[in-house]
Amino acid sequence: MDNISREYLIKFLDKGKRINGRKFDELREIEVDYNVSKHAEGAARIKFGDTEVIVGVKLEVGEPFPDKPDEGTIIVGAEMLPLSSAEFEPGPPSVDSIELARVVDRAIRESKAIDFKKLCITKGEKVWMVLIDIYTINDDGNLQDASALATLAALKQVKIPRYDGKKVDYSEKTGKLPLLSMPVECSVVKIKDKLLSDPCFEEEKMMDARLTVGVTENNEICAMQKGGKKVLTIEDVNEMIEISLKNSEKLRKLLK
Amino acid sequence: MVTATNAYNKRMDGRNFDELREIEAKVGVVKSADGSAMFKIGDTIAIAAVRGPRDLYPRFMQNPKGGILRCSYNMMSFSVDERIRPGPSRRSREITLVTENALMPAVDLSEFPNSVVDVFIEIVQADAGTRCAGICAASLALADAGIPMRDLVCAVSVGKVGGKILVDLNKYEEDYEDGSSDMPVAFLPRRNEISLLQLDGGMKKEEILNALELAKKSCVEILEVQRNALMGKYKNG
Repeated sequence: MDNISREYLIKFLDKGKRINGRKFDELREIEVDYNVSKHAEGAARIKFGDTEVIVGVKLEVGEPFPDKPDEGTIIVGAEMLPLSSAEFEPGPPSVDSIELARVVDRAIRESKAIDFKKLCITKGEKVWMVLIDIYTINDDGNLQDASALATLAALKQVKIPRYDGKKVDYSEKTGKLPLLSMPVECSVVKIKDKLLSDPCFEEEKMMDARLTVGVTENNEICAMQKGGKKVLTIEDVNEMIEISLKNSEKLRKLLK
Repeated sequence: MVTATNAYNKRMDGRNFDELREIEAKVGVVKSADGSAMFKIGDTIAIAAVRGPRDLYPRFMQNPKGGILRCSYNMMSFSVDERIRPGPSRRSREITLVTENALMPAVDLSEFPNSVVDVFIEIVQADAGTRCAGICAASLALADAGIPMRDLVCAVSVGKVGGKILVDLNKYEEDYEDGSSDMPVAFLPRRNEISLLQLDGGMKKEEILNALELAKKSCVEILEVQRNALMGKYKNG
């Protein structure tokens, strides 16, 4: 069955078309919604066409790592909910959900989007931990870019709750979480000799290889991850980065 | 952004920017395995063993069209200063995934339906670049096991440290305070195809392309060492 669909898909690609009617470098229509949960310190729902993810951010007081006594930290987790795809099963995190979370984490961390030093409450003792949880609601491909955008959108909303040294009062907020950069991620898949932006479910299933590129507002590339079982050439990588640089601006403009 | 104080003008271990650490490779290091290899680059040591093709169970995982490649990457608890808790971590599971993807294009398992080729990678001693050393060792072990291959796989980390593009970062360079970007790359050298590409850290597009060229060049050197290791096995027999 896989082979038939792949042939069908390639027949379209050879005519310069995608099965979803988009141009090769075209993104889907994207919706951003901030009205998710009043209990989250920040949250966002992102739709890339029919793909939908929710990201919520909670803040907790925790102990810093011994080697970074004056820095807070982030923890990114991703739940690929069985409700969002016939392919996701209940149970411990799959390797795909680990990759999804780690590649989102990589762009936030490596672009230094969060000033970890600002999250220090008492050096060596107490810091804010920023707990970012990604939940997939519907998988029509490219959960990666939707999750990264939702994470940035949610982080931009975060307000830090009041902490009196003993207890966190979540009903009172003290200020915003300062962000130092705006990393978004753009994935491009290769199928045969064609490069496609923002792949839908079928394109993702049939891809030969994928490159996810994390880009900041200065067009600096802060993260990359190659996926898929086949190879890329240096020329592919060049072109995929070029497409991602262009698309990253469009994504960033969607956030307030 | 790089000023005179934080520029990395000379490498801490005296290497040139395009110079690899000393490499040692040996096949047949795990006698009971179907194929095995050790790959050492600087102070990073990886061993890999291949078992298979063998029957794949549970049966529902079998593929009647060909064998599957199953990797496992693990760091031994004492391979770094601060002990690693034994067992899989999120990091090791992600590296296992990208390692599998890096090796897959090089092997042809179409002759082995319903079977599995297991590749076990263990990092004995770590000084950065462990996933790349693991891939180099694994590709040697696969060849040593006589698995049909289109090419060897050569992997090396390139990056930007204190504003300089360089190859084969050691731990000091990976943790360089004034800015370090680490980009692990694997090539199938015959046709210069990329099967692993990751990046942690900030680089411009042109810098990434320069680093890729440097990785390509360095992989030729790694290939030479791998070839010699494979040939060495038959020299004294």
